[in-house]
Amino acid sequence: MSALLRRLFMTVMALFLAAPLAVVAGVSFNARKQLLFPPEGFSFLWYEELFTSAAWLVPVRNSLTIALVSALVALSVAVPIAYFLWRWRVFYARALFTLGIAPFILPPVITALGFLIFWATVGLYGRMEAVMVSHGIFFVTLPLVTVSLGLESIEPEVVEAARTMGADGRQVFRTVVVPLVRPYMISGYAFAFVLSLNEYIVAYMVAGFTVETLPIKIFNSLRYGYTPVMASVAVVFVLLAALVFGGIARFGNLPKLLGAWTPER
Amino acid sequence: MRAPRASRAARYAPAVYPTIMLGLFFVVPFAIMLAVSFAHRVPGGFYEPGFELANYARFVSSFFLGTLGFSLFVAGLTAVICILVGFPVTYFITRMPRRRQVVWMVFLLSVLSLSEVIIGFTWSILLSRTAGLSNLLVWLDLMDKPVSWAPGFAALMCGMCYLGFPYTVLVLFPALSRLDPELPEAARTLGASPLRTFFTVIMPIYRNAIVATVIMIFVFSLGVYLLPQVLGRPQHWTLSVLITDQAIFQSNLPFAAAMAVFLMMVSLALVGVTLLLGRAERRAA
Repeated sequence: MSALLRRLFMTVMALFLAAPLAVVAGVSFNARKQLLFPPEGFSFLWYEELFTSAAWLVPVRNSLTIALVSALVALSVAVPIAYFLWRWRVFYARALFTLGIAPFILPPVITALGFLIFWATVGLYGRMEAVMVSHGIFFVTLPLVTVSLGLESIEPEVVEAARTMGADGRQVFRTVVVPLVRPYMISGYAFAFVLSLNEYIVAYMVAGFTVETLPIKIFNSLRYGYTPVMASVAVVFVLLAALVFGGIARFGNLPKLLGAWTPER
Repeated sequence: MRAPRASRAARYAPAVYPTIMLGLFFVVPFAIMLAVSFAHRVPGGFYEPGFELANYARFVSSFFLGTLGFSLFVAGLTAVICILVGFPVTYFITRMPRRRQVVWMVFLLSVLSLSEVIIGFTWSILLSRTAGLSNLLVWLDLMDKPVSWAPGFAALMCGMCYLGFPYTVLVLFPALSRLDPELPEAARTLGASPLRTFFTVIMPIYRNAIVATVIMIFVFSLGVYLLPQVLGRPQHWTLSVLITDQAIFQSNLPFAAAMAVFLMMVSLALVGVTLLLGRAERRAA
């Protein structure tokens, strides 16, 4: 009885989470331009438009470029902090770590306004580079958390052994630490990449009128009328995210990355 | 691990680059924002340096205080709903076999990474008259004719909870996965029903984790900017919408900064409470 109730509860929750996705998928394959559900006819028209019309291709390219670069920025800032904290547990390392977590804890609109005022002050408001750096800082938390988890999972004996055999700090870092932590770096990069692709408010505040990213483009189309292309973008985004996270789960330990405690078997 | 001798400078070398990056692009922007919140607004232009409390004074008007109250209410309600639903869901996920756990995680992460824009857009379709859920209910003969549920307060809450829910589960997940499975088993052996076990054994252990999660979702929800515009009516606009509106469309950066600083104080105070709770928990343990 209680198992049945639990099943029912989890199914309802899964439906709640999946319902909007199902509707969007339905709309995106609609043959007619009007917003209709259940869909009438079946077509790939709106996917075709997404990948052929310049009005959508430019935001697609902008978003991809920003996400690729900003995730790299985030990773480049996160790795030294995580390493510094792991190697020397000094107060300053902890302070840097806390600072790296902060962008994720504060309401995004505040950070976004901070970026807007900063870039306006230094005269780079509206530039794509400004969005890249802003996203890189905004998402530094994700690689910071994953890389720290990776470093914590290195067994001290391995490092000790390398040292006993005569490796200096740099060699230990290059031949022991980096190879062991690489999967965590990749997943941190992937997290930052996917979230940057979907981020709206920071991109909008920093360069909303000059560099159109996909979320900005969707919101603008939402404001000035409806097109099913928006639905096809949503579907592509969900699939992309599922692909990335599925890949992480396939090649890494996803529950552990998310903080699960699993006993050694 | 015994650390080999290293000069102080060599030790701190890895910290140089992140310090510059976070300092320049995170701390400095906040400092400038704080300064701007006291600056004097130049109509039609930007602002000029100065020190005045006019921006804060303007904030203390009935309209903005009303909006603040509404924002706090929406964020609080979202956090409470998310935890009430999210806690049992997380608990059940941690009890699943590993393979199903992973499927849920990938699913939740995919939903989490969805843009606010897309969430707003999908829910506005789902609750619309032409293509929404009500059509399904009509088709099932449960309703006479399709109705429109968006925009409105309920629609806004739906979107807010949808946005906050994956975060809730992912924040609770580490704590709940550490639960000793023998504990609920012992309670069951002693004759407690599953529900009773849940409320008298599991919930109390996680009181602090629950409070911390509620505060995190609360702060996160305070910053939501798009959903109130897409799913709510103008009277449902939150402080985040007003901040953006003042910054971008009214070009009143000092006033926007003052509101942001105020919102940050509220958030920081709440985060501080969370940290204190965590410390108290560790001391008690």
